[in-house]
Amino acid sequence: MTTRTSKTGVSRRDFLKTSAAGAGAAVGSGILGAPMIWAQTIKDITLNQVGPSYSVIGDICEKASADLGFKIVPQTADSTQLMAKVVNQPETIDIADLEFWAMQKIWRSGQLQPVEVNRIAKWGDITPVMKDGKNFDGSAQSMQGTTPIKVMYTGGAGDTTFAASATDFATTLPTIFNADTVGIRPDLIGRPVDSWGELFNPEFKGKTALVNIPQIGIMDAAMAMEALGELTYGDKGNMTREEIDATINRLIGLKKDGQFRAFWSTFDESVNLMAGGEVVIQSMWSPAVTAVKSRGTACVYQGLKEGYRGWGLGMGLMSHLEGIKLEAAYEYLNWYLSGWQGAFIARQGYYSSVLSTTKEQLTANEWGYWYEGKAATEDILDPYGAVMDKAGAVRDGGSFEARMGHVACWNTVMDEERYMVQRWNEFVSS
Amino acid sequence: MSRSSGRSSPLTPYLQVAPLALIMLAMVGVPLITVVLLSFWQSDGISIYPEFTWANYAQVLTSPVTLTLFLNTLKYAALTLVATILIGFTCSYFLVFHVRNLKWQIGLFLLCTIPFWTSNVIRMVSWIPFLGREGVFNQALISAGMIDQPLDILLYSDFAVVLTYIHLFTLFMIVPIFNSMAKINPNLIEAARDAGASGWQILWTVIVPLSRTGIALGSIFVVTLVMGDFFVVRVMSGGQSASVVSAMKNQIDQLFYPEAAAMAVLLIVVVLLMVSAILRIVDIRSELAK
Repeated sequence: MTTRTSKTGVSRRDFLKTSAAGAGAAVGSGILGAPMIWAQTIKDITLNQVGPSYSVIGDICEKASADLGFKIVPQTADSTQLMAKVVNQPETIDIADLEFWAMQKIWRSGQLQPVEVNRIAKWGDITPVMKDGKNFDGSAQSMQGTTPIKVMYTGGAGDTTFAASATDFATTLPTIFNADTVGIRPDLIGRPVDSWGELFNPEFKGKTALVNIPQIGIMDAAMAMEALGELTYGDKGNMTREEIDATINRLIGLKKDGQFRAFWSTFDESVNLMAGGEVVIQSMWSPAVTAVKSRGTACVYQGLKEGYRGWGLGMGLMSHLEGIKLEAAYEYLNWYLSGWQGAFIARQGYYSSVLSTTKEQLTANEWGYWYEGKAATEDILDPYGAVMDKAGAVRDGGSFEARMGHVACWNTVMDEERYMVQRWNEFVSS
Repeated sequence: MSRSSGRSSPLTPYLQVAPLALIMLAMVGVPLITVVLLSFWQSDGISIYPEFTWANYAQVLTSPVTLTLFLNTLKYAALTLVATILIGFTCSYFLVFHVRNLKWQIGLFLLCTIPFWTSNVIRMVSWIPFLGREGVFNQALISAGMIDQPLDILLYSDFAVVLTYIHLFTLFMIVPIFNSMAKINPNLIEAARDAGASGWQILWTVIVPLSRTGIALGSIFVVTLVMGDFFVVRVMSGGQSASVVSAMKNQIDQLFYPEAAAMAVLLIVVVLLMVSAILRIVDIRSELAK
């Protein structure tokens, strides 16, 4: 706590100098006048942060507002709604929490300005899986799909393309990420499950489900087809028309045979399918598994030998931010990496981009459970204080390195997306 | 109205329709024109360029998916229509011709509306725990020894979708049919009976023809509601079926607005054709003026 307070103090003092100089508002000695000006202006600043519900969280914005002295207003929107908002109503957003695949789609709209790396104090501490395109052992990450490095950097202000390697300008400040896999009901399956191929196993006929988000659903299907040795993709994150056809045709065949019970679109649908026993294996998000468990139903977020499907998101600064508002936005971005937010979302099962500060804010037990894959020494609580796992439990999939270091492909949009969505519609209506 | 007020200026009728006309123009006309314009414009996935193209229509009209989607949606509409007409007609018939007491009539009619006091979404979602694999109905059948395995067809199926539509939309059929049946002069039925008509003949040659305005109005409600739905299909089919609008939503989610707009225009055309077909069979305006 103490380290964080002093850090905030320093950065705020830096901030005062720049803002006073920039505004030319310093009267006389300046140093005495500036805090007054700052204290007055800062109260009037409001930043609208818009993003998905798992990222833009009221409690985090409240804590930040209290720490920083200006107001951050949270507003949740699905990634699809958010993309439309960024493109069509950019003035209604100040900070957009954008998934990396969404960045691939909307960065070129020019509605976002780059994040200047040298104004982010902890940039150097951000985990290499987010900003360097490297795994923990130094090997290159899977480049299938939207690997964060692909959309992380740009040439500078006004550049609507991505830079191939690190520059001083980031498109977003990476904040949270995770490795997705399938959720299973171990009590109803009764044997070990270790491959994506199990999604298509006739043993689970009528008891599997896929997520009905075309670009994610098709990738889960591709993982299964590759696991079964039916098709090897050049790039699961950017399929050719032939690969899309082969995958969708296989899915249509499976659907006609009654393999799938449902295709879910929302978080609660996936929870109910699993908790109600309609489905025993399906694509799932991590907190959905937690929600099933909290109802007293056995559910495992099963790591699979072919690897995970990774995703992540970052905070983007809208182009219209300038002057003191932009300064405030940078203050907020820096606050985000200072640990409190990292600890909060760790308790929901997500990872944050700066591990060192997150570790400071977690107890040794929590750090061991969430990040190191160790058995919990006492009960694990969620961010709101409810027990979500008992002492002795181990996180599904193990440590941070074991999970994030084993990502086979990343959530993405494909070049042939229009064709893919059309064929996905055909699959769903078949 | 203006006829009765004698000395009113010729402007009066225009002023009278002006408020509604303005609202319709702003809330229906402008969005509709925007959709039509959009359907002819180009898009690159994020931005939309006002440059004329037939490509969106070419894609929608040549894709086999479009036909599947429309056939699927029409199938739902037809099944729902038949069921709601049967239920609506029977309920109204009972209310009008079997319940003689006006107070009872009104009371029972209000009873029909009770389910509509809660929201559509709640009424829809409440079917899920009832019909599910571990749901009330399956459990009851199993414990009664009628089946060994839960019936999967009950939920996440076309059956579930149509059942929900019927539940949600039957009142839209009951109200207009009840209304037109209540207007039937009882003397006509007496006369038919005196002329030696059987009960079925009276029903088929007197009551049904005289209720057709109500049936037509109800059909318009039900058809347009089913054709424009995507939420019921998505939730009750568990995403296993698609309707025209749910496919449109997939396109909108990916920012492919012009394609979605072309699809929307096509849907409007189809629904307009259906409604005008209904209006050709029954001249609602002249029937209502009676």
